[in-house]
Amino acid sequence: MIISVASGKGGTGKTTLAVNLAFSIPIPSISLGTVRLLDCDVEEPNCHIFLKPDIQWTESVGIPVPSIDESKCTGCGECGRICQYHAIVSLKTKALVFPELCHGCGGCAKVCPTGAIREVKTEIGIIEGGVRDQVKFIQGRMKIGQAMSPPLIRAVKQCAAADDATDATDADSLTIIDCPPGTSCPVVTAIRGSDYVLLVTEPTPFGLHDLTLAVETVRQLKIPFGVVINRADSGNSQVMDYCSREGIPVLMQIPDDRRIAEVYSAGQIVTDVFPQLREGFEKLYKDIMHKSQNPESRSQKSE
Amino acid sequence: MKIAITSSGDTLESEVDQRFGRAAGFTVYDTETGEFHRVDNDQNLNAAQGAGIQAAETVSRLGADFVITGHCGPKAFRTLKAAGIKVITGAQGTVGHVIGEFKAGRLKTSDFSDVEGHWA
Repeated sequence: MIISVASGKGGTGKTTLAVNLAFSIPIPSISLGTVRLLDCDVEEPNCHIFLKPDIQWTESVGIPVPSIDESKCTGCGECGRICQYHAIVSLKTKALVFPELCHGCGGCAKVCPTGAIREVKTEIGIIEGGVRDQVKFIQGRMKIGQAMSPPLIRAVKQCAAADDATDATDADSLTIIDCPPGTSCPVVTAIRGSDYVLLVTEPTPFGLHDLTLAVETVRQLKIPFGVVINRADSGNSQVMDYCSREGIPVLMQIPDDRRIAEVYSAGQIVTDVFPQLREGFEKLYKDIMHKSQNPESRSQKSE
Repeated sequence: MKIAITSSGDTLESEVDQRFGRAAGFTVYDTETGEFHRVDNDQNLNAAQGAGIQAAETVSRLGADFVITGHCGPKAFRTLKAAGIKVITGAQGTVGHVIGEFKAGRLKTSDFSDVEGHWA
C-alpha cells in the first residue's frame, strides 16, 4: 500500500506526520513485511534530519537533453513542433536548445528525420537510500540550479517499486511518501499512483485556502484522501466546517503543544521522545487501511 | 525590410507593448511599401514557460529583420539572435512614433537582453 502525505500550504507538518507514521507501525503485529519512507520533496528533502539514516548507496539521476549535430540539421522544424516546452527551437538551418526547459521526454530525438539529435544525459540530482531501524529510506536531492523536479521524483518512486518487486517476503509492504508542498507538477508526480493521500493542514485562513486547492488536485487524480489537522487547537473551526461540508474525513488532530515543537526543533522524532503518541499514528494507519478497503467511504463529491 | 513592433493594439496610435514574449501582439511594418498588419500573440500570454522563445519563432516566421520592443528577456534574445534578427529595446510611445524614429536612424540596436526571464 502507498500512502502519500501532501498538504497545499507548506509548513503544516507533512514531514512530521510521514516520519512519525513510519516509525509507529508495529510491523510484526500487523504482518507487514516492509515499511518504506520516500522523501520526494527533492528540492529540500528533510526527513533525513529526523531519521539520521545509515545511507548505504547513492546514484546520479539524469535526463536526456538534446545535443544537435548542425551538419545534419536541415531546419525541417519537426523537433520544435513536438516540443511542448519550447526547449528546442528550429530556426532556418539551426536548432537551438534550452536545456533548463527540457523535460527529457526524448520526443525531439525520435522525430528528427536525419538523426541530427543526440541525447546527452544531464545530471539533475541524486537518489540515495539506507535504513533506520525498521524503516527503509530513499530520498531524492536536486542539484542546485536545477528547476525540473518531476523526473527526479519519478526516479525515487521507481527505485522503491523495483526494490518492492524483488522483496523476498510475501508479506505486504507499506510505502509512505513525503511530498513537496503545493499543488503543481512535483506534487502530482509524487502523489500519482498512491492508494491514499493524507492532506495535512492547519486551522488558519491560509491553511484552509491552500487545502481547498489540494483537495481539488487530489479529486482530479481520483485517489481517496483524508485530512490531518496539525496544531488543531490553534486558529478557528473553518477547516473542520469545510471538511464536514465536503464529506472529507478528518482522521487525526495533532494538538498545538509546545513540547512537540521543541522536539521537532531539536531534530528528534516526536514518537521517540513521547512513545505514548505512537498509538494515535497506529490508529491513523488502521483507519486508512479500512477506508481504502471500503470504497463507499471515499471522500469524493459526485460530479 | 520588415520590422516587428510589439503593440497593444491594431493601429499606428497603439502604444508599444513593453514586453516582448508576452506582448499582446506584433505590428509588422514593411519599410519599402509602408504597409503594416497586426498579428496576435494570444498563445503566449498565459504560457507557463518559453513565451519569449515562441514569440521569437513567430516574428522569425513573419520574416522580420528587426524587433522593436520595451524589454526583451535572455531566452528570447538568444533565439532572435540565432535567427539573425536585430533587437531594439527601450522603445516607448506609439507604434507610429517608433516607426518614425527607426526610419530617422535614431534607434540603437541592443547587444544584450535587458531583463531577466520570468521562470528558469
